[in-house]
Amino acid sequence: MQRTIITVTGKDTVGIIASVCTYLADNQVNILNISQTIVDGFFNMVMVVDVSASPKSHGELAGGLSEIGEKIGVKILCQKEEIFTKMHRV
Amino acid sequence: MIEFNEILETNKMIEEEKLDVRTITMGISLLECADTDIGKFNAKIYDRITGLAENLVKTGEEIENEYGIPIVNKRISVTPIALAAGSAAKSPEDFVSIARTLDRAAHTTGVNFLGGYSALVSKGMTKADRMLIESIPEALSATERVCSSVNVGSTRTGIDMDAVKLMGEMVKATAEATAENDSLGCAKLVVFCNAPDDNPFMAGAFHGVTEGDAIINVGVSGPGVVKTALAGIHGENFEVLCETVKRTAFKITRVGQLVAQEASRRLGVPFGIIDLSLAPTPAVGDSVAGILEEMGLESVGAPGTTAALALLNDQVKKGGVMASSYVGGLSGAFIPVSEDQGMIDAVEKGALTIEKLEAMTCVCSVGLDMIAIPGDVPASTIAGIIADEAAIGMVNNKTTAVRIIPVIGKGIGEKVEFGGLLGYAPIMPVNRYGCSEFIARGGRIPAPIHSFKN
Repeated sequence: MQRTIITVTGKDTVGIIASVCTYLADNQVNILNISQTIVDGFFNMVMVVDVSASPKSHGELAGGLSEIGEKIGVKILCQKEEIFTKMHRV
Repeated sequence: MIEFNEILETNKMIEEEKLDVRTITMGISLLECADTDIGKFNAKIYDRITGLAENLVKTGEEIENEYGIPIVNKRISVTPIALAAGSAAKSPEDFVSIARTLDRAAHTTGVNFLGGYSALVSKGMTKADRMLIESIPEALSATERVCSSVNVGSTRTGIDMDAVKLMGEMVKATAEATAENDSLGCAKLVVFCNAPDDNPFMAGAFHGVTEGDAIINVGVSGPGVVKTALAGIHGENFEVLCETVKRTAFKITRVGQLVAQEASRRLGVPFGIIDLSLAPTPAVGDSVAGILEEMGLESVGAPGTTAALALLNDQVKKGGVMASSYVGGLSGAFIPVSEDQGMIDAVEKGALTIEKLEAMTCVCSVGLDMIAIPGDVPASTIAGIIADEAAIGMVNNKTTAVRIIPVIGKGIGEKVEFGGLLGYAPIMPVNRYGCSEFIARGGRIPAPIHSFKN
């Protein structure tokens, strides 16, 4: 398993989750966990995904997600899990 | 599994508090390039540097993208050139030709600085050492990315006062050689006492003779993260304050450790050390002065500043040491003036003087850094400032350094703009009483009594 963290932040609009999830499904990325909130119209989503079955490299996936983000007006980050586990786990 | 609030905390550090990895520096030994022919030597070092560091910038960028952490600089440090070129260079002009080669190699590999145009002369100077030092003004004015450093003293050897005198003159000459760029050459020149062999930060980085063929050293940063953490515990006692700095330093360093291990693995070059440093930039919120003020000082420079800096420096080390398998370099808090908006503000409102900065260097990680002084300050006075800093380092068993810029044609009350990470600086007054007879004595200051530990 190769876990990657996707964070989506920006102004709420129709179809954010749908666009992101469709892209992930099309690229064989499996979603393991999702948390999503909206505070004062501000959309905030964190996804934990497994990219081990995806034919695309990390750079390609990150680039694709970033493009989708630009289209729907949100910011999408795609980071390998280790940066978080290293920082917060001894 | 990682919790969502932890993910958001990390990303907030990166996006809002300017957490970054300040530099991945590849240390490269040039000892194997030794040759008696200067042309052959230049060709060999160019090939060696561009060969080993071919993928350094690309790898740094890949790591940056995959983990979402900015890696601000990718750099190279090399064996002190006075040693590597000892038999090849027969004149200061030969040394300048090496500086040009190093600059070319820096451009080819895409790194923004290359350090190691250096001499280690803490006890005495060889002919090559002296020629390299005499070539520094021309070398730094003829190149863009080459950085130079000279180690003039150590706790084990004392201080080479002949070298101190010469460096006073060379700092002045470098300022004059780069006068049309506001004496920018001096921003690329550091005079050390107890220089570390594995420092990844410029301008003082060089690949020490105790090191292997090549190595990856990483410098972390994050003053903004520490400041934000302290803002959350306003008014709490020193125990809470210190714990908070330590915990934050741990988190910052873990990111550096991850980046260092990845860079080392991908480049096939051993991991050397993490330099646990709080390195400020002129960006708002990325200031070491800001941390000290958050601790409760009205302005950096006020009474209490040295104590606040001492505890900051110590807690950064205590938190960072556990987060990394190898720690080295300068490790601590940097207090450059021009690269820290809080320091600049303090100087401009008269709260911070060179004398207070000197006191602060007794407890911070390095020394008098990026300080602009009037262009008419005599070379002997600059040598006196260097001698004072070297003495602090020698007696206290710590690294100290001087990176001071006598700005030719400018005086107190004026400003100098260096641009980019180097920032801008108000020109600070220097004590006008001289020390030329003291500096002119020649010889060396013996090693202090506590160096005799055997």
